[in-house]
Amino acid sequence: MTDSSSQSANVVVEHLRAWNSKAVGEVIQFRGETTIVVPRELLRATAARCREDAALQFNLLTDATCVDRYPVEPRFEMNYHLVSIPRSDKLRLRVRLSGSDPSVDSLIPVWPGANWLEREVFDLFGVRFNGHTDLRRILLPDDWEGHPLRRDYPVEGYRDVPSTGALFRKSTL
Amino acid sequence: MTTVETATGSAKTMVLNMGPQHPSTHGVLRIMLELDGETVVKAVPDLGYLHTGIEKSCEDKTYSQAITLTDRMDYLSPLGNNLVYCLAVEKLLGLEIPKRAQYIRVMMVELQRISSHLVWLGTHAIDLGAMSVFLYCFREREEILKIFEMFAGQRMMTSYIRIGGVALEPPAGWRQAVDRVLKMMPSRIDEYETLLTENRIWMARTKGVGYISPEDAVALSMTGPTLRAAGLAYDNRKFFPYSSYDEFDFNVPTRTESDCFARYMVRVAEMRESLKIVRQAMDKIANEGAIKAEAPGIVPPQREKMKTEMEALIYHFKIFTEGFSPAPGEAFVTIESPRGELGCFVASDGSPKPLRVHFRAPSYINLQALPKLIVGQLLPDVIACIGTIDIVLGEVDR
Repeated sequence: MTDSSSQSANVVVEHLRAWNSKAVGEVIQFRGETTIVVPRELLRATAARCREDAALQFNLLTDATCVDRYPVEPRFEMNYHLVSIPRSDKLRLRVRLSGSDPSVDSLIPVWPGANWLEREVFDLFGVRFNGHTDLRRILLPDDWEGHPLRRDYPVEGYRDVPSTGALFRKSTL
Repeated sequence: MTTVETATGSAKTMVLNMGPQHPSTHGVLRIMLELDGETVVKAVPDLGYLHTGIEKSCEDKTYSQAITLTDRMDYLSPLGNNLVYCLAVEKLLGLEIPKRAQYIRVMMVELQRISSHLVWLGTHAIDLGAMSVFLYCFREREEILKIFEMFAGQRMMTSYIRIGGVALEPPAGWRQAVDRVLKMMPSRIDEYETLLTENRIWMARTKGVGYISPEDAVALSMTGPTLRAAGLAYDNRKFFPYSSYDEFDFNVPTRTESDCFARYMVRVAEMRESLKIVRQAMDKIANEGAIKAEAPGIVPPQREKMKTEMEALIYHFKIFTEGFSPAPGEAFVTIESPRGELGCFVASDGSPKPLRVHFRAPSYINLQALPKLIVGQLLPDVIACIGTIDIVLGEVDR
Protein backbone atom coordinates (compact mmCIF):
# COMPACT_ATOMS: atom_id res chain seq x y z
CA MET A 1 0.00 0.00 0.00
CA THR A 2 2.54 2.61 1.11
CA ASP A 3 6.05 2.88 -0.25
CA SER A 4 7.61 2.21 3.12
CA SER A 5 5.80 -1.11 3.53
CA SER A 6 6.87 -2.38 0.11
CA GLN A 7 10.42 -1.22 0.83
CA SER A 8 10.53 -3.14 4.09
CA ALA A 9 9.08 -6.14 2.23
CA ASN A 10 11.91 -5.91 -0.29
CA VAL A 11 14.43 -5.86 2.52
CA VAL A 12 12.89 -9.01 3.99
CA VAL A 13 12.84 -10.77 0.62
CA GLU A 14 16.45 -9.80 -0.16
CA HIS A 15 17.54 -10.88 3.29
CA LEU A 16 15.98 -14.31 2.88
CA ARG A 17 17.37 -14.62 -0.62
CA ALA A 18 20.87 -13.83 0.63
CA TRP A 19 20.49 -16.58 3.23
CA ASN A 20 19.26 -19.24 0.81
CA SER A 21 18.35 -18.35 -2.75
CA LYS A 22 16.27 -21.52 -3.10
CA ALA A 23 13.98 -20.56 -0.18
CA VAL A 24 12.40 -17.67 -2.07
CA GLY A 25 10.50 -19.19 -4.94
CA GLU A 26 8.08 -16.54 -6.07
CA VAL A 27 7.28 -13.16 -4.50
CA ILE A 28 3.72 -11.90 -4.81
CA GLN A 29 2.76 -8.32 -3.98
CA PHE A 30 -0.96 -7.70 -3.75
CA ARG A 31 -2.74 -4.86 -1.95
CA GLY A 32 0.34 -4.08 0.10
CA GLU A 33 0.77 -7.65 1.33
CA THR A 34 3.90 -9.63 0.60
CA THR A 35 3.69 -13.34 -0.05
CA ILE A 36 6.77 -15.50 -0.40
CA VAL A 37 6.19 -18.87 -1.99
CA VAL A 38 8.53 -21.34 -0.34
CA PRO A 39 9.39 -24.84 -1.64
CA ARG A 40 7.75 -27.47 0.51
CA GLU A 41 10.96 -29.10 1.76
CA LEU A 42 12.41 -25.72 2.85
CA LEU A 43 9.38 -24.48 4.79
CA ARG A 44 10.54 -25.34 8.30
CA ALA A 45 14.05 -24.00 7.73
CA THR A 46 12.71 -20.78 6.22
CA ALA A 47 10.21 -20.32 9.04
CA ALA A 48 12.93 -20.89 11.62
CA ARG A 49 15.11 -18.35 9.84
CA CYS A 50 12.26 -15.81 9.82
CA ARG A 51 11.89 -16.25 13.54
CA GLU A 52 15.52 -16.40 14.62
CA ASP A 53 17.21 -13.91 12.29
CA ALA A 54 17.95 -10.68 14.14
CA ALA A 55 17.02 -8.64 11.08
CA LEU A 56 13.64 -10.34 10.62
CA GLN A 57 12.35 -11.28 14.11
CA PHE A 58 9.01 -12.70 13.02
CA ASN A 59 8.27 -13.91 16.52
CA LEU A 60 4.49 -14.37 16.27
CA LEU A 61 2.81 -16.93 14.04
CA THR A 62 -0.56 -15.28 13.92
CA ASP A 63 -2.37 -17.60 11.57
CA ALA A 64 -1.98 -20.66 9.40
CA THR A 65 -4.68 -21.58 6.97
CA CYS A 66 -5.28 -23.43 3.76
CA VAL A 67 -6.94 -22.60 0.46
CA ASP A 68 -8.23 -25.36 -1.79
CA ARG A 69 -8.04 -24.43 -5.49
CA TYR A 70 -9.65 -27.63 -6.73
CA PRO A 71 -9.62 -28.64 -9.60
CA VAL A 72 -6.37 -26.72 -10.23
CA GLU A 73 -3.19 -28.60 -9.35
CA PRO A 74 -1.35 -28.16 -7.00
CA ARG A 75 -4.69 -27.68 -5.32
CA PHE A 76 -3.74 -26.85 -1.72
CA GLU A 77 -2.08 -23.65 -0.64
CA MET A 78 -0.89 -23.33 2.96
CA ASN A 79 -0.66 -19.70 4.07
CA TYR A 80 1.34 -18.82 7.17
CA HIS A 81 0.86 -15.29 8.45
CA LEU A 82 3.82 -14.04 10.45
CA VAL A 83 4.05 -10.91 12.55
CA SER A 84 7.18 -9.30 13.87
CA ILE A 85 6.23 -7.49 17.07
CA PRO A 86 9.63 -5.74 17.48
CA ARG A 87 9.64 -4.46 13.88
CA SER A 88 5.82 -4.20 13.47
CA ASP A 89 5.88 -5.98 10.14
CA LYS A 90 3.86 -8.72 8.49
CA LEU A 91 4.74 -11.47 6.06
CA ARG A 92 2.96 -14.38 4.46
CA LEU A 93 4.74 -17.62 3.64
CA ARG A 94 3.02 -19.89 1.19
CA VAL A 95 3.54 -23.53 0.33
CA ARG A 96 1.75 -25.24 -2.55
CA LEU A 97 0.73 -28.85 -2.03
CA SER A 98 -0.55 -31.37 -4.53
CA GLY A 99 -3.82 -33.20 -4.06
CA SER A 100 -2.11 -36.59 -4.25
CA ASP A 101 0.26 -35.89 -1.34
CA PRO A 102 -1.01 -33.02 0.79
CA SER A 103 1.64 -33.04 3.49
CA VAL A 104 4.15 -30.55 4.79
CA ASP A 105 6.50 -30.26 7.76
CA SER A 106 4.83 -29.13 10.96
CA LEU A 107 5.94 -25.77 12.34
CA ILE A 108 5.50 -26.76 15.99
CA PRO A 109 9.30 -26.88 16.53
CA VAL A 110 9.46 -23.24 15.40
CA TRP A 111 6.26 -21.87 16.98
CA PRO A 112 4.49 -24.15 19.48
CA GLY A 113 1.35 -22.13 18.70
CA ALA A 114 1.16 -23.85 15.30
CA ASN A 115 -0.29 -26.88 17.07
CA TRP A 116 -4.01 -26.09 16.97
CA LEU A 117 -3.75 -24.10 13.75
CA GLU A 118 -2.38 -27.18 12.00
CA ARG A 119 -4.89 -29.47 13.68
CA GLU A 120 -7.68 -27.28 12.32
CA VAL A 121 -6.27 -27.47 8.79
CA PHE A 122 -5.82 -31.23 9.13
CA ASP A 123 -9.39 -31.56 10.34
CA LEU A 124 -11.05 -29.41 7.69
CA PHE A 125 -8.74 -29.93 4.68
CA GLY A 126 -7.00 -33.23 5.32
CA VAL A 127 -3.52 -31.76 4.98
CA ARG A 128 -1.03 -33.79 7.01
CA PHE A 129 1.76 -32.18 9.01
CA ASN A 130 4.93 -34.25 9.36
CA GLY A 131 6.31 -34.26 12.86
CA HIS A 132 3.11 -32.92 14.45
CA THR A 133 2.93 -34.25 17.99
CA ASP A 134 -0.84 -34.55 18.28
CA LEU A 135 -2.44 -34.63 14.84
CA ARG A 136 -6.09 -35.34 15.72
CA ARG A 137 -9.32 -33.78 14.55
CA ILE A 138 -10.17 -30.76 16.64
CA LEU A 139 -13.50 -29.24 15.61
CA LEU A 140 -15.26 -32.28 14.15
CA PRO A 141 -15.91 -35.62 15.84
CA ASP A 142 -13.17 -38.23 15.49
CA ASP A 143 -15.35 -40.47 13.30
CA TRP A 144 -16.28 -37.76 10.78
CA GLU A 145 -15.86 -38.75 7.14
CA GLY A 146 -14.18 -36.37 4.75
CA HIS A 147 -12.77 -32.89 5.12
CA PRO A 148 -15.53 -30.28 4.84
CA LEU A 149 -13.56 -27.26 3.68
CA ARG A 150 -12.34 -29.01 0.55
CA ARG A 151 -14.00 -27.51 -2.49
CA ASP A 152 -15.28 -30.90 -3.65
CA TYR A 153 -17.14 -31.43 -0.37
CA PRO A 154 -20.76 -30.28 -0.78
CA VAL A 155 -21.96 -27.44 1.45
CA GLU A 156 -24.77 -29.62 2.83
CA GLY A 157 -22.35 -32.49 3.50
CA TYR A 158 -22.37 -36.05 2.24
CA ARG A 159 -24.48 -37.63 4.92
CA ASP A 160 -28.12 -37.68 5.97
CA VAL A 161 -28.94 -35.92 9.17
CA PRO A 162 -28.62 -38.73 11.73
CA SER A 163 -31.66 -40.28 13.45
CA THR A 164 -34.32 -38.28 11.70
CA GLY A 165 -35.58 -41.05 9.43
CA ALA A 166 -37.12 -39.85 6.20
CA LEU A 167 -37.77 -36.37 7.54
CA PHE A 168 -34.44 -34.87 6.57
CA ARG A 169 -33.25 -37.51 4.11
CA LYS A 170 -31.07 -35.91 1.46
CA SER A 171 -32.51 -35.99 -2.00
CA THR A 172 -30.83 -38.48 -4.29
CA LEU A 173 -31.03 -36.21 -7.35
CA MET B 1 -15.00 -40.19 22.10
CA THR B 2 -11.53 -38.90 22.44
CA THR B 3 -9.31 -40.96 24.67
CA VAL B 4 -6.43 -39.37 26.48
CA GLU B 5 -3.35 -40.97 27.90
CA THR B 6 -2.62 -39.87 31.42
CA ALA B 7 0.67 -38.14 32.05
CA THR B 8 1.87 -40.28 34.90
CA GLY B 9 -0.07 -43.47 34.36
CA SER B 10 0.01 -44.02 38.11
CA ALA B 11 -2.91 -45.06 40.26
CA LYS B 12 -2.50 -41.97 42.39
CA THR B 13 -4.09 -39.68 39.85
CA MET B 14 -7.69 -39.49 38.72
CA VAL B 15 -9.21 -38.19 35.50
CA LEU B 16 -11.98 -35.65 35.88
CA ASN B 17 -14.20 -34.59 33.02
CA MET B 18 -15.03 -30.91 33.25
CA GLY B 19 -17.77 -29.74 30.92
CA PRO B 20 -19.13 -29.56 28.30
CA GLN B 21 -22.08 -28.35 30.36
CA HIS B 22 -20.12 -26.71 33.14
CA PRO B 23 -21.32 -23.12 33.72
CA SER B 24 -17.85 -21.69 34.21
CA THR B 25 -16.58 -22.92 30.85
CA HIS B 26 -18.57 -20.03 29.32
CA GLY B 27 -20.19 -22.13 26.66
CA VAL B 28 -19.69 -25.73 25.68
CA LEU B 29 -16.07 -26.52 26.33
CA ARG B 30 -14.91 -29.84 27.70
CA ILE B 31 -11.63 -30.22 29.52
CA MET B 32 -10.24 -33.57 30.56
CA LEU B 33 -8.25 -32.99 33.70
CA GLU B 34 -5.87 -35.40 35.31
CA LEU B 35 -5.67 -34.62 38.99
CA ASP B 36 -3.26 -35.57 41.72
CA GLY B 37 -5.33 -34.73 44.76
CA GLU B 38 -6.48 -31.27 43.84
CA THR B 39 -3.51 -30.39 41.65
CA VAL B 40 -3.82 -30.49 37.87
CA VAL B 41 -1.23 -32.78 36.29
CA LYS B 42 -2.50 -32.68 32.73
CA ALA B 43 -5.28 -30.89 30.89
CA VAL B 44 -6.65 -31.65 27.44
CA PRO B 45 -9.33 -29.32 26.05
CA ASP B 46 -11.90 -30.92 23.75
CA LEU B 47 -13.85 -28.54 21.56
CA GLY B 48 -16.03 -28.37 18.52
CA TYR B 49 -19.41 -28.67 20.22
CA LEU B 50 -20.54 -25.40 18.64
CA HIS B 51 -18.93 -25.94 15.24
CA THR B 52 -21.36 -24.61 12.65
CA GLY B 53 -19.13 -24.47 9.59
CA ILE B 54 -19.32 -20.70 9.17
CA GLU B 55 -16.24 -20.65 6.95
CA LYS B 56 -17.79 -23.24 4.64
CA SER B 57 -21.12 -21.42 4.55
CA CYS B 58 -19.36 -18.17 3.56
CA GLU B 59 -18.11 -19.88 0.40
CA ASP B 60 -21.70 -20.43 -0.69
CA LYS B 61 -22.80 -16.82 -0.18
CA THR B 62 -22.02 -13.61 -2.00
CA TYR B 63 -19.59 -11.24 -0.31
CA SER B 64 -22.37 -9.08 1.15
CA GLN B 65 -24.49 -11.98 2.36
CA ALA B 66 -21.65 -13.44 4.40
CA ILE B 67 -21.69 -10.46 6.79
CA THR B 68 -24.65 -11.84 8.71
CA LEU B 69 -22.74 -15.05 9.37
CA THR B 70 -19.86 -13.17 10.98
CA ASP B 71 -22.20 -11.78 13.66
CA ARG B 72 -22.68 -15.25 15.00
CA MET B 73 -19.06 -16.14 15.67
CA ASP B 74 -18.02 -13.99 18.57
CA TYR B 75 -21.50 -13.11 19.76
CA LEU B 76 -20.18 -10.69 22.36
CA SER B 77 -18.48 -8.62 19.69
CA PRO B 78 -20.50 -8.89 16.45
CA LEU B 79 -19.48 -5.41 15.32
CA GLY B 80 -15.82 -6.37 15.54
CA ASN B 81 -16.50 -9.43 13.39
CA ASN B 82 -18.42 -7.33 10.84
CA LEU B 83 -15.56 -4.87 10.79
CA VAL B 84 -12.76 -7.34 10.19
CA TYR B 85 -14.66 -9.10 7.43
CA CYS B 86 -15.60 -5.84 5.71
CA LEU B 87 -12.04 -4.52 6.02
CA ALA B 88 -10.72 -7.68 4.38
CA VAL B 89 -13.19 -7.50 1.49
CA GLU B 90 -12.55 -3.76 1.09
CA LYS B 91 -8.83 -4.42 0.97
CA LEU B 92 -9.43 -7.05 -1.67
CA LEU B 93 -11.46 -4.53 -3.67
CA GLY B 94 -9.08 -1.65 -2.98
CA LEU B 95 -12.00 0.40 -1.66
CA GLU B 96 -11.54 3.67 0.25
CA ILE B 97 -14.07 4.37 3.00
CA PRO B 98 -15.28 7.91 3.85
CA LYS B 99 -13.76 9.30 7.04
CA ARG B 100 -17.14 9.79 8.65
CA ALA B 101 -17.98 6.11 8.23
CA GLN B 102 -14.57 5.16 9.63
CA TYR B 103 -15.17 7.21 12.79
CA ILE B 104 -18.64 5.72 13.22
CA ARG B 105 -17.05 2.27 12.94
CA VAL B 106 -14.43 3.13 15.54
CA MET B 107 -17.04 4.44 17.95
CA MET B 108 -19.24 1.37 17.59
CA VAL B 109 -16.37 -1.07 17.93
CA GLU B 110 -15.06 0.65 21.05
CA LEU B 111 -18.52 0.65 22.63
CA GLN B 112 -18.60 -3.02 21.77
CA ARG B 113 -15.27 -3.52 23.52
CA ILE B 114 -16.66 -1.99 26.69
CA SER B 115 -19.81 -4.12 26.56
CA SER B 116 -17.78 -7.25 25.89
CA HIS B 117 -15.40 -6.53 28.76
CA LEU B 118 -18.44 -5.95 30.99
CA VAL B 119 -19.75 -9.43 30.21
CA TRP B 120 -16.28 -10.82 30.79
CA LEU B 121 -15.93 -9.02 34.13
CA GLY B 122 -19.39 -10.02 35.30
CA THR B 123 -19.07 -13.69 34.41
CA HIS B 124 -15.49 -13.93 35.64
CA ALA B 125 -16.53 -12.41 38.96
CA ILE B 126 -19.54 -14.70 39.33
CA ASP B 127 -17.29 -17.71 38.63
CA LEU B 128 -15.14 -16.64 41.54
CA GLY B 129 -18.10 -15.99 43.80
CA ALA B 130 -18.77 -12.25 43.47
CA MET B 131 -22.45 -12.25 42.54
CA SER B 132 -23.23 -8.55 42.68
CA VAL B 133 -20.56 -7.48 40.18
CA PHE B 134 -22.31 -9.60 37.58
CA LEU B 135 -25.59 -7.75 38.09
CA TYR B 136 -23.93 -4.34 37.96
CA CYS B 137 -22.02 -5.18 34.78
CA PHE B 138 -25.11 -6.38 32.99
CA ARG B 139 -26.98 -3.26 34.07
CA GLU B 140 -24.41 -1.08 32.29
CA ARG B 141 -24.12 -3.39 29.30
CA GLU B 142 -27.83 -2.93 28.76
CA GLU B 143 -27.28 0.80 28.24
CA ILE B 144 -24.67 0.11 25.56
CA LEU B 145 -26.89 -2.45 23.84
CA LYS B 146 -29.61 0.20 23.69
CA ILE B 147 -27.23 2.34 21.64
CA PHE B 148 -26.66 -0.54 19.24
CA GLU B 149 -30.41 -0.95 18.97
CA MET B 150 -30.73 2.75 18.11
CA PHE B 151 -28.09 2.50 15.40
CA ALA B 152 -28.78 -0.87 13.87
CA GLY B 153 -32.22 -1.94 15.04
CA GLN B 154 -30.61 -4.94 16.71
CA ARG B 155 -29.05 -5.40 20.11
CA MET B 156 -26.67 -8.21 19.32
CA MET B 157 -26.62 -9.50 15.74
CA THR B 158 -26.18 -6.00 14.38
CA SER B 159 -24.69 -6.51 10.88
CA TYR B 160 -24.29 -2.74 11.06
CA ILE B 161 -20.90 -2.48 9.38
CA ARG B 162 -21.23 -3.19 5.67
CA ILE B 163 -18.84 -3.43 2.77
CA GLY B 164 -18.11 0.18 1.84
CA GLY B 165 -19.28 1.84 5.04
CA VAL B 166 -22.04 1.40 7.59
CA ALA B 167 -25.64 0.37 7.05
CA LEU B 168 -27.57 3.38 8.28
CA GLU B 169 -27.22 7.06 9.08
CA PRO B 170 -26.77 7.59 12.86
CA PRO B 171 -30.27 7.98 14.36
CA ALA B 172 -31.67 11.17 15.84
CA GLY B 173 -30.55 11.70 19.42
CA TRP B 174 -27.52 9.41 19.21
CA ARG B 175 -25.14 12.02 20.64
CA GLN B 176 -27.17 12.36 23.83
CA ALA B 177 -27.41 8.59 24.20
CA VAL B 178 -23.67 8.01 23.76
CA ASP B 179 -22.88 10.99 25.95
CA ARG B 180 -25.01 9.58 28.74
CA VAL B 181 -23.08 6.30 28.67
CA LEU B 182 -19.76 8.15 28.59
CA LYS B 183 -20.74 10.21 31.63
CA MET B 184 -22.06 7.21 33.51
CA MET B 185 -19.29 4.69 32.90
CA PRO B 186 -16.23 6.13 34.73
CA SER B 187 -17.94 6.13 38.11
CA ARG B 188 -19.41 2.68 37.44
CA ILE B 189 -15.97 1.28 36.61
CA ASP B 190 -14.73 2.80 39.88
CA GLU B 191 -17.58 0.96 41.57
CA TYR B 192 -16.47 -2.42 40.17
CA GLU B 193 -12.95 -1.66 41.27
CA THR B 194 -14.03 -0.89 44.83
CA LEU B 195 -15.77 -4.24 44.88
CA LEU B 196 -12.89 -6.24 43.43
CA THR B 197 -9.44 -4.69 43.15
CA GLU B 198 -8.59 -4.67 46.84
CA ASN B 199 -11.00 -7.36 47.84
CA ARG B 200 -8.97 -9.97 49.73
CA ILE B 201 -10.88 -12.93 48.35
CA TRP B 202 -10.50 -11.61 44.79
CA MET B 203 -6.78 -11.10 45.29
CA ALA B 204 -6.34 -14.54 46.78
CA ARG B 205 -8.17 -16.13 43.85
CA THR B 206 -6.36 -14.23 41.10
CA LYS B 207 -2.90 -13.04 42.22
CA GLY B 208 -0.16 -15.43 41.16
CA VAL B 209 -2.72 -17.71 39.49
CA GLY B 210 -2.31 -18.77 35.86
CA TYR B 211 1.15 -17.39 35.18
CA ILE B 212 2.57 -17.59 31.68
CA SER B 213 5.93 -16.15 30.70
CA PRO B 214 5.97 -13.54 27.91
CA GLU B 215 8.17 -15.84 25.80
CA ASP B 216 5.68 -18.70 26.09
CA ALA B 217 2.76 -16.39 25.41
CA VAL B 218 4.26 -15.19 22.11
CA ALA B 219 5.40 -18.67 21.14
CA LEU B 220 1.85 -19.93 21.66
CA SER B 221 0.52 -17.07 19.47
CA MET B 222 -1.42 -15.49 22.34
CA THR B 223 -2.66 -11.96 21.71
CA GLY B 224 -4.88 -9.38 23.32
CA PRO B 225 -5.16 -8.51 27.01
CA THR B 226 -3.52 -11.82 27.96
CA LEU B 227 -0.36 -10.91 26.08
CA ARG B 228 -0.44 -7.32 27.31
CA ALA B 229 -0.71 -8.54 30.89
CA ALA B 230 2.59 -10.34 30.25
CA GLY B 231 4.26 -7.04 29.43
CA LEU B 232 4.11 -6.89 25.63
CA ALA B 233 2.28 -3.82 24.37
CA TYR B 234 1.15 -5.53 21.16
CA ASP B 235 -2.07 -3.93 20.01
CA ASN B 236 -3.20 -3.93 16.38
CA ARG B 237 -4.73 -0.48 16.80
CA LYS B 238 -1.21 0.88 17.35
CA PHE B 239 0.88 -1.55 15.31
CA PHE B 240 -1.21 -1.86 12.16
CA PRO B 241 -3.78 0.95 12.42
CA TYR B 242 -7.05 0.44 10.56
CA SER B 243 -10.15 2.64 10.32
CA SER B 244 -8.08 5.77 11.15
CA TYR B 245 -7.06 4.54 14.60
CA ASP B 246 -3.79 6.42 14.10
CA GLU B 247 -5.74 9.67 14.55
CA PHE B 248 -6.88 8.74 18.04
CA ASP B 249 -5.05 9.42 21.25
CA PHE B 250 -5.12 6.50 23.66
CA ASN B 251 -2.78 4.32 25.69
CA VAL B 252 -2.23 0.59 25.58
CA PRO B 253 -2.37 -0.62 29.18
CA THR B 254 0.13 -3.30 30.12
CA ARG B 255 1.16 -5.16 33.26
CA THR B 256 4.08 -7.44 33.89
CA GLU B 257 2.82 -9.98 36.45
CA SER B 258 1.06 -12.06 33.76
CA ASP B 259 -1.38 -13.62 36.22
CA CYS B 260 -5.17 -13.53 36.41
CA PHE B 261 -5.07 -10.33 38.45
CA ALA B 262 -2.88 -8.56 35.87
CA ARG B 263 -5.29 -9.55 33.10
CA TYR B 264 -8.16 -8.17 35.15
CA MET B 265 -6.32 -4.88 35.65
CA VAL B 266 -5.47 -4.63 31.94
CA ARG B 267 -9.07 -5.13 30.88
CA VAL B 268 -10.41 -2.62 33.38
CA ALA B 269 -7.86 -0.07 32.16
CA GLU B 270 -8.83 -0.88 28.57
CA MET B 271 -12.44 0.00 29.30
CA ARG B 272 -11.31 3.45 30.44
CA GLU B 273 -9.18 3.88 27.32
CA SER B 274 -12.11 2.85 25.14
CA LEU B 275 -14.22 5.56 26.75
CA LYS B 276 -11.57 8.06 25.68
CA ILE B 277 -11.67 6.77 22.12
CA VAL B 278 -15.46 6.88 21.98
CA ARG B 279 -15.40 10.49 23.18
CA GLN B 280 -12.87 11.44 20.50
CA ALA B 281 -14.75 9.55 17.80
CA MET B 282 -17.98 11.29 18.77
CA ASP B 283 -16.29 14.68 18.34
CA LYS B 284 -14.87 13.65 14.98
CA ILE B 285 -18.15 12.41 13.51
CA ALA B 286 -19.61 15.31 11.56
CA ASN B 287 -23.35 15.84 11.49
CA GLU B 288 -23.41 15.57 7.72
CA GLY B 289 -21.42 13.47 5.32
CA ALA B 290 -21.23 10.20 3.48
CA ILE B 291 -21.55 6.94 5.41
CA LYS B 292 -20.86 4.76 2.38
CA ALA B 293 -18.15 4.75 -0.25
CA GLU B 294 -18.97 5.97 -3.73
CA ALA B 295 -18.65 2.61 -5.48
CA PRO B 296 -21.44 1.72 -7.91
CA GLY B 297 -21.83 -2.00 -8.30
CA ILE B 298 -20.42 -2.72 -4.83
CA VAL B 299 -22.26 -0.42 -2.44
CA PRO B 300 -26.07 -0.46 -2.89
CA PRO B 301 -27.42 2.90 -4.13
CA GLN B 302 -29.56 5.18 -1.98
CA ARG B 303 -33.24 4.45 -2.12
CA GLU B 304 -34.13 7.84 -3.63
CA LYS B 305 -31.62 7.38 -6.43
CA MET B 306 -32.88 3.89 -7.08
CA LYS B 307 -36.38 5.24 -7.63
CA THR B 308 -35.28 8.06 -9.95
CA GLU B 309 -32.20 6.87 -11.85
CA MET B 310 -32.15 3.89 -14.13
CA GLU B 311 -28.45 3.12 -13.61
CA ALA B 312 -28.87 3.04 -9.85
CA LEU B 313 -31.72 0.56 -10.25
CA ILE B 314 -29.58 -1.66 -12.47
CA TYR B 315 -26.73 -1.64 -9.94
CA HIS B 316 -29.16 -2.40 -7.15
CA PHE B 317 -30.52 -5.36 -9.07
CA LYS B 318 -27.06 -6.64 -9.92
CA ILE B 319 -25.73 -6.34 -6.36
CA PHE B 320 -28.60 -8.31 -4.87
CA THR B 321 -28.85 -10.98 -7.54
CA GLU B 322 -25.35 -11.64 -8.75
CA GLY B 323 -23.15 -9.77 -6.28
CA PHE B 324 -19.80 -8.26 -7.21
CA SER B 325 -16.56 -9.94 -8.22
CA PRO B 326 -13.27 -8.73 -6.72
CA ALA B 327 -10.06 -9.31 -8.65
CA PRO B 328 -8.39 -12.66 -7.93
CA GLY B 329 -6.08 -12.43 -4.93
CA GLU B 330 -5.97 -12.65 -1.17
CA ALA B 331 -6.26 -10.18 1.66
CA PHE B 332 -5.52 -10.70 5.34
CA VAL B 333 -6.59 -8.06 7.83
CA THR B 334 -6.20 -8.11 11.59
CA ILE B 335 -7.99 -5.94 14.12
CA GLU B 336 -7.86 -5.75 17.89
CA SER B 337 -11.04 -7.42 19.09
CA PRO B 338 -11.84 -7.45 22.83
CA ARG B 339 -10.25 -10.90 22.97
CA GLY B 340 -7.13 -10.28 20.94
CA GLU B 341 -6.03 -10.26 17.37
CA LEU B 342 -9.02 -11.05 15.20
CA GLY B 343 -7.97 -11.76 11.64
CA CYS B 344 -9.87 -12.35 8.45
CA PHE B 345 -8.36 -13.97 5.39
CA VAL B 346 -10.39 -13.68 2.20
CA ALA B 347 -9.33 -15.28 -1.06
CA SER B 348 -11.05 -14.46 -4.32
CA ASP B 349 -10.94 -16.37 -7.59
CA GLY B 350 -12.69 -13.58 -9.47
CA SER B 351 -16.22 -14.95 -8.98
CA PRO B 352 -19.02 -13.28 -6.94
CA LYS B 353 -18.57 -15.79 -4.11
CA PRO B 354 -15.43 -15.96 -1.98
CA LEU B 355 -13.09 -18.84 -2.69
CA ARG B 356 -12.17 -18.99 0.96
CA VAL B 357 -12.99 -17.02 4.08
CA HIS B 358 -11.00 -17.79 7.18
CA PHE B 359 -11.17 -16.18 10.58
CA ARG B 360 -8.19 -16.08 12.86
CA ALA B 361 -10.19 -16.45 16.05
CA PRO B 362 -8.36 -15.07 19.09
CA SER B 363 -10.41 -17.19 21.52
CA TYR B 364 -9.42 -20.37 19.72
CA ILE B 365 -5.74 -19.57 19.72
CA ASN B 366 -5.62 -18.19 23.27
CA LEU B 367 -7.43 -21.29 24.50
CA GLN B 368 -4.52 -23.34 23.21
CA ALA B 369 -2.42 -21.96 26.05
CA LEU B 370 -4.89 -23.06 28.72
CA PRO B 371 -3.01 -26.27 29.68
CA LYS B 372 0.13 -24.16 30.11
CA LEU B 373 -1.74 -21.87 32.52
CA ILE B 374 -3.37 -24.54 34.66
CA VAL B 375 -0.92 -27.42 34.96
CA GLY B 376 0.43 -27.38 38.49
CA GLN B 377 -2.45 -25.25 39.75
CA LEU B 378 -5.35 -26.27 41.94
CA LEU B 379 -8.71 -27.31 40.55
CA PRO B 380 -10.51 -24.06 41.55
CA ASP B 381 -7.80 -22.11 39.71
CA VAL B 382 -8.85 -23.81 36.48
CA ILE B 383 -12.07 -21.83 36.65
CA ALA B 384 -10.19 -18.59 37.26
CA CYS B 385 -7.91 -19.33 34.30
CA ILE B 386 -10.71 -20.17 31.87
CA GLY B 387 -12.41 -16.94 32.86
CA THR B 388 -9.29 -14.88 32.54
CA ILE B 389 -8.45 -15.76 28.94
CA ASP B 390 -11.98 -14.64 28.00
CA ILE B 391 -13.09 -17.22 25.48
CA VAL B 392 -16.31 -17.14 23.49
CA LEU B 393 -17.07 -20.64 22.34
CA GLY B 394 -19.03 -19.43 19.33
CA GLU B 395 -15.79 -18.02 18.05
CA VAL B 396 -13.61 -20.94 19.17
CA ASP B 397 -15.66 -23.45 17.20
CA ARG B 398 -17.00 -21.21 14.43
